[in-house]
Amino acid sequence: MRRVVGRNVVRKDGAAKAAGTARYVDDLTRQGLLYARTIRSAIPCGSISRIRLDFDPAGFTIVNARDIPGRNLVSLIIDDQPCLADGEVRHIAEPILLLAHEDRERLLEAKVDIEYRSRLAVFDPAQSATVFKTVAIAKGDLDEGFRRADLVVEGEYRTGHQEHLYIEPNGMLAVPEDDGVTVYGSLQCPYYVHRALVVLLGLPEHKVRVVQVETGGGFGGKEDYPSIIAGHACLLALKSGRPVKLIYDRTEDMLATTKRHPSIIRHRTGVTRDGRLTAMDIDVLMDGGAYCTLSPVVLSRGCLHATGPYRCDHVRVNGRVVMTNTPPNGAFRGFGAPQTLFAADVHMERLAEALGMNPVRVRERNALRPGDMTATGQTLGPDAAALDVLRAAVARSDFQKKRRACRGTNRGIGLSLFFHGAGFTGSGEVKLKSKASLELTSRGVRILVASTEIGQGQRTVHAQIVADALRMPYDSVEVAAADTSLVPDSGPTVASRTTMVVGGLLKQCAVEMREKLGRLTPHEYLQKHGPLVVTAQYQPPPGLVWDDETYRGSAYGSYGWACDVIEVERDPVTDEIRPIKVTTAHEIGKALYPLGVRGQIEGGTAQGLGYALIEEVVMRDGAMANAQLTNYIVPTTLDTPPMDVVIVEKPYAHGPYGAKGVGEMPFDGVAPAVVNAIRSLGIDIREIPATPERVMAAPQIGIRDSGLGTRDSKPGTPAFAERPAGRLRRGKRDSVPAGSEDPASTGRRSPASSVGRSPAASAAGWPKAMRGRPSPVEAAQSSRKNVAQGFSPARHRKPEVRR
Amino acid sequence: MTPPLRPIAFVLNGARRTVRVHPLKRLLDVLREECGLTGTKEGCGEGECGACTVIVNGNAVNSCLVPVAQVAGAKVMTIEGLKGRHRLQRAFAEFGGAQCGICTPGMILAAVALGPRPTLEQVRTGLAGNICRCTGYEGIYRAIRKSEDRRQKTEDRSKTSHLRRPGSSLRLRSGQAAPGSPALSERGPAARVEGPKVPRRRG
Repeated sequence: MRRVVGRNVVRKDGAAKAAGTARYVDDLTRQGLLYARTIRSAIPCGSISRIRLDFDPAGFTIVNARDIPGRNLVSLIIDDQPCLADGEVRHIAEPILLLAHEDRERLLEAKVDIEYRSRLAVFDPAQSATVFKTVAIAKGDLDEGFRRADLVVEGEYRTGHQEHLYIEPNGMLAVPEDDGVTVYGSLQCPYYVHRALVVLLGLPEHKVRVVQVETGGGFGGKEDYPSIIAGHACLLALKSGRPVKLIYDRTEDMLATTKRHPSIIRHRTGVTRDGRLTAMDIDVLMDGGAYCTLSPVVLSRGCLHATGPYRCDHVRVNGRVVMTNTPPNGAFRGFGAPQTLFAADVHMERLAEALGMNPVRVRERNALRPGDMTATGQTLGPDAAALDVLRAAVARSDFQKKRRACRGTNRGIGLSLFFHGAGFTGSGEVKLKSKASLELTSRGVRILVASTEIGQGQRTVHAQIVADALRMPYDSVEVAAADTSLVPDSGPTVASRTTMVVGGLLKQCAVEMREKLGRLTPHEYLQKHGPLVVTAQYQPPPGLVWDDETYRGSAYGSYGWACDVIEVERDPVTDEIRPIKVTTAHEIGKALYPLGVRGQIEGGTAQGLGYALIEEVVMRDGAMANAQLTNYIVPTTLDTPPMDVVIVEKPYAHGPYGAKGVGEMPFDGVAPAVVNAIRSLGIDIREIPATPERVMAAPQIGIRDSGLGTRDSKPGTPAFAERPAGRLRRGKRDSVPAGSEDPASTGRRSPASSVGRSPAASAAGWPKAMRGRPSPVEAAQSSRKNVAQGFSPARHRKPEVRR
Repeated sequence: MTPPLRPIAFVLNGARRTVRVHPLKRLLDVLREECGLTGTKEGCGEGECGACTVIVNGNAVNSCLVPVAQVAGAKVMTIEGLKGRHRLQRAFAEFGGAQCGICTPGMILAAVALGPRPTLEQVRTGLAGNICRCTGYEGIYRAIRKSEDRRQKTEDRSKTSHLRRPGSSLRLRSGQAAPGSPALSERGPAARVEGPKVPRRRG
């Protein structure tokens, strides 16, 4: 039998999707259907003083918080979020009241007048006093690390919100059935919805059934929020006794549902003259929005990726995620890692600039290798492939030659090196105890998992794994719908875990079933022995130990490794940055369905280009001001450059056929590579999206390495032209008083004078909540003081500080 | 008093169809609700995403922007009109053109409207009104290219075949036109029919 793993089979869901016969939630209907609508808060913070219905309620089903039979909350991590606001609101577009009617026009015409007593809202995460979660990772002795440094480079990096923009908006259909309810919906995690409904409706588990129907994209956006929509649809369905369909339109979806967490990340890094990292001090601040949702886990993953794929003996990562009065932020492809990896690799580029080193060389010097230890003390296995992907992408893209050719032009080229841990963080997989099952059918086998097909190819890849392990034809493997009445809890469809973790369980099932079948065909077995279902439950690979308290141990079972090289062109008139070409090398263990892997890499890269350049969520008074596709723009065919994808395979011993995860990683490295390409044009961008406005306002940098020109200079201009003082964005970004930008005001050459001059710094502008520990700036000032006191620069004890 | 609704007739996927609805009702809703053809999807309701693309008289249009009165007497083709047998449909399923699938019907119809042998630049321009959030478009280009390669091969085979039946090559050259699909000569680049904005539907 011809093996199918590693081959491009025809995807299981392909024909129905291309024919237009695949059924999404809005395509479903029922007899006696009611349409539903959510009435939402119009203020970001305050209490509701009065609700008045300005319509004739005849024929309407109306639900408020008092109608909730169970507990009024969205059960997830911390039970802080009500399903319907009861008196208090914490963000704009918070659900307050639900309406349903059989006539859609009447439903839309219904007016509800709500009066509020407003309270002062918090929009700036740095000003927030409510912390959802803190994370602290420590390795080695930070002071010792900085003592060994020749140069200290500091910087602050900012990332904005991002909207998932799955093309199918959120939606649910709830049908009351036998004292219970069945909900059909667009979702990623059937058992998350199931658990939330059991708590909300106060029903026994077997009276709640959740069925995922074809889902038009998720990207994390349908991980947690569908629990709320399902809750709303069910409340209306149970009160009216009729099926209820609740479909968001695009604007509602953009206004109300989760986004990617914005972040402010500060790095302070010690490095030797030859480019070795001696100390990394990283502070991560994320904006969680009004309720906790998944923020603790997002922060955790962000902090675990904060060093980038680089080795360093002395590391401190402090992270916190705080509340603001904006709609809650939630899961989005990469889950915190894109933010911290953006900061890490733009900072790495700045190290290279400051050292006058080639960006490839500085990464080669510091890249994690097999046997190296991460910040949490995890020793990497033989599949740590940072150097492999770096070399593959650099060679394939002809990076060095192109970099020289870009000199003095409006073209820039940049790279990023990154990694991504597959599966749940730390002990998460152990706690999940995921299960997967296989059921013998007369013509083959049926896969029973709660993993959902959201476009990533879950059905196809799982069927490939099972077909090969059972030595059955691919076509004889069917995949059951993700229906909680049929399938075991395989955990959520998130965290790049569907192939590696759930696929691994399926492989175990298939191996066991193969033994049971012996020489019998499925049909013969069923006739002789009756039905056969095989189930496997997750067991951690040997040696995988993690401590949630100390953040020590193996944060992830395995990591994928990747390198992006991105070429951009700057419009000299508008300052618009256009991507011209992407070359990317991804190491993912083993590509089980290569076409699907390419699809993930190309699609994740396109989404990352949007994040880096054009996707700007404009928040005004706590609400998304551009909540429509007309002015929240995402990459179209004309914005997406050709992509050259290199797949590198270093099998992971505990993944099915060597596979690791791939879904999220492609997103992670795009923004830093784009920004580094912009930096190669001499433009000091440290915040994304790098819109024309930001590029225009950005200060200019000088680059020593390879004599690259600066934006306004001709080739060969002396390196390290100082940034012009008093530019708007600088003050905001680094909080350095404009006057102190002038190196003359410090009047001092740095110890390692070959790398330039040191601007002064001030702690004044640091986010308040970051104070109280030895701030990088204070440390920097003391180190400058040391210089002034006359310590010898030759001993490398008084590093120069560059911000 | 609401005036009685007048019948609006058009040709849908090759068959005559009459509906009695408000003349400003969106073509998208008429197709999905009155005609029961749910292959046409709503992504944004404002003509930006292209998920609701259908072909009207040979042009790809956003059916969320077209009041149904505007297609009176016109030929409308939806994804169902291709009956799952169009070479582009097979290629999208086989070569990574479809992932989550919600943009796929609109994307395929926009590609059909490009006509045969489009260059990559024509494809990029012609599909610029159709947003895909999954593929980064590379899979879509691959599918269109493979589909063209296959068409070319079939054409070559039919040209060299001495056994071919009269008329068969003509049928092949017209891109396996499905019933109701416009003649090649009518096809231009994916032009858009702009219509007045009609009340947005909310579920």
